[in-house]
Amino acid sequence: MAIVYEKSKGLTDAELHYCPGCNHGIIHKLVAESLVELGLLDDAIGVCPVGCSVFAYNYFNCDMQEAAHGRAPAVATGIKRTHPSQAVFTYQGDGDLASIGAAEIVHAAMRGEKFTTIFVNNAIYGMTGGQMAPTTLIGQKATTCQSGRTVEQAGMPIRIAEMLSTLDGCVYAERVCVTDIANINKAKRAIKKAFEKQMNREGFTFIEVLSTCPTNWGMTPLKAIDWLKNNMIPYYPLGVIKETALKQAEVK
Amino acid sequence: MEKELWKGNEAIAEAAIRAGCDCFFGYPITPQSEVPEYMSVHLPQHGGVFVQSESEVAAINMVYGAAGSGMRAMTSSSSPGISLKQEGISYIAGAELPCVIVNCMRGGPGLGTIQPGQGDYYQATRGGGNGDYRTLVLAPSNVQETVDFVQEAFDIADQYRNPVMIVCDGLIGQMMEPIEWHPIPKRKLPPKDWAATGRKSREHNNIINSLYMAPEDCDRHNHHLAEKYAAMAKNETRWQEHQCQDAEIVITAYGTPARIALTALEALRAEGVKVGLFRPVTLWPFPERALHNLAAASHVKAFLDVEMSSSGQMLDDVRLAVEGQKPIHYLGHAGGVMPTVEEMVDAAKAALKEVK
Repeated sequence: MAIVYEKSKGLTDAELHYCPGCNHGIIHKLVAESLVELGLLDDAIGVCPVGCSVFAYNYFNCDMQEAAHGRAPAVATGIKRTHPSQAVFTYQGDGDLASIGAAEIVHAAMRGEKFTTIFVNNAIYGMTGGQMAPTTLIGQKATTCQSGRTVEQAGMPIRIAEMLSTLDGCVYAERVCVTDIANINKAKRAIKKAFEKQMNREGFTFIEVLSTCPTNWGMTPLKAIDWLKNNMIPYYPLGVIKETALKQAEVK
Repeated sequence: MEKELWKGNEAIAEAAIRAGCDCFFGYPITPQSEVPEYMSVHLPQHGGVFVQSESEVAAINMVYGAAGSGMRAMTSSSSPGISLKQEGISYIAGAELPCVIVNCMRGGPGLGTIQPGQGDYYQATRGGGNGDYRTLVLAPSNVQETVDFVQEAFDIADQYRNPVMIVCDGLIGQMMEPIEWHPIPKRKLPPKDWAATGRKSREHNNIINSLYMAPEDCDRHNHHLAEKYAAMAKNETRWQEHQCQDAEIVITAYGTPARIALTALEALRAEGVKVGLFRPVTLWPFPERALHNLAAASHVKAFLDVEMSSSGQMLDDVRLAVEGQKPIHYLGHAGGVMPTVEEMVDAAKAALKEVK
């Protein structure tokens, strides 16, 4: 019998702890498949965050380092600068990256650090139980904004991919989602391209993946996918936000 | 051996390079900025990596990343910056990674002053960040010792897979002194087969982590750490005693005040006062047993603890070691003012007068 589908060798056999309907499992798979297909798995060092994907070091089948909350880009800088030929990536959620780790991600991008960041944006703090994130949408309910986020109280949500794209060191930023087969394929292509650009030493590469959190959004997995399409994509548009080769800045 | 004139902070950086430091991550802060400045020029010339980080928080996390991938990693800062590094130091200790951290102490709290201070003793010796952990703390009192300790610190860190901290102060960092480049005694160091370097042909993944979700696992990990700290206390405790054999009054001091105390010793001995100096060289592990035994000696009548701290921090450890056997007096200045020889002489005489 022909094998038509196999679990990626880039993932371990550990059972995922993610909630039913959560997109982390698909995103893990895409990162793992990309590393395997590019022949990078044995050279890969991943850095995982604090948040829902805190145990990612048990799931990716490569060397891993667990960072303090938000500090993954600094940890990855320490690794990549001393191991320039290895494939280094951070895997971070929106609380980790867009809130407490905002300084670290901005400066890693500014310096054009040659690693890849996979940014999983589900517009909420998942692991701690559904608190407001910097990416929580206006009107979206969370346990720390129970009547819905307001501009007066918390300002407008942050578009990280667009913000990082203003930095010359960031050579590639794309926003994707994994709500259906077509988008999963697009997300995979984007992740692979990011790793290729990293290995070409072009600069900092960033993939934002919109993701669902049925548990903390209080929805079924299917409803959560609809909610993502109808609410998140209009505010966080999909597609390539930036793609350029890093040019030496002109000194005048 | 030829003597060379070196500024403390630059000597720290050069010593680290000679010790095989692979990478340095730092952020400017007075009075230690010459360390990153020197590193930025010289470390890359030796094939090393220098990054000026966006913050002390980022610097220590870069150290964490590099140390986790098997590198000899270092950062330096001064008091407020060291406060910012505490999160990372806790993770590094929890994940059992070696690294070297230099604190060129200044006066506090808060912004305090850029002048020398010793107000970070508690922070350095009690862990500093969250959780049950220790860093080995070496306290040099001149540039020569600083240079020797920095070189040794990398080996100690590798041997125990633990952060080693050098605490000096703004005076040592900014002062120029003649030094010699001694060869440092070699230690037998374990291979870094735990490092996350990319798996290559290894059969298992190396994971650098301080998370132990199961309470039993976290408890076991902490007991393992405690055993390691006990071994460090057994093997690495260092102190110096000057003229303590017949001393009636013993000054306890570390770092710069210990150096000033040596001059006070000369002045007091010239007047016939039997004075000695007990100087902890490792602040953690503290030379508790040695000080306890000294306190038990019948010729010792009293102690005088001297620190660049308002009400004394090492004083707590001195009390714990002396265990009430003899009275302990305190002389201290904080915020950049250093205790003088005259003050020490007067305080020693006054302390002795009380018990005679």
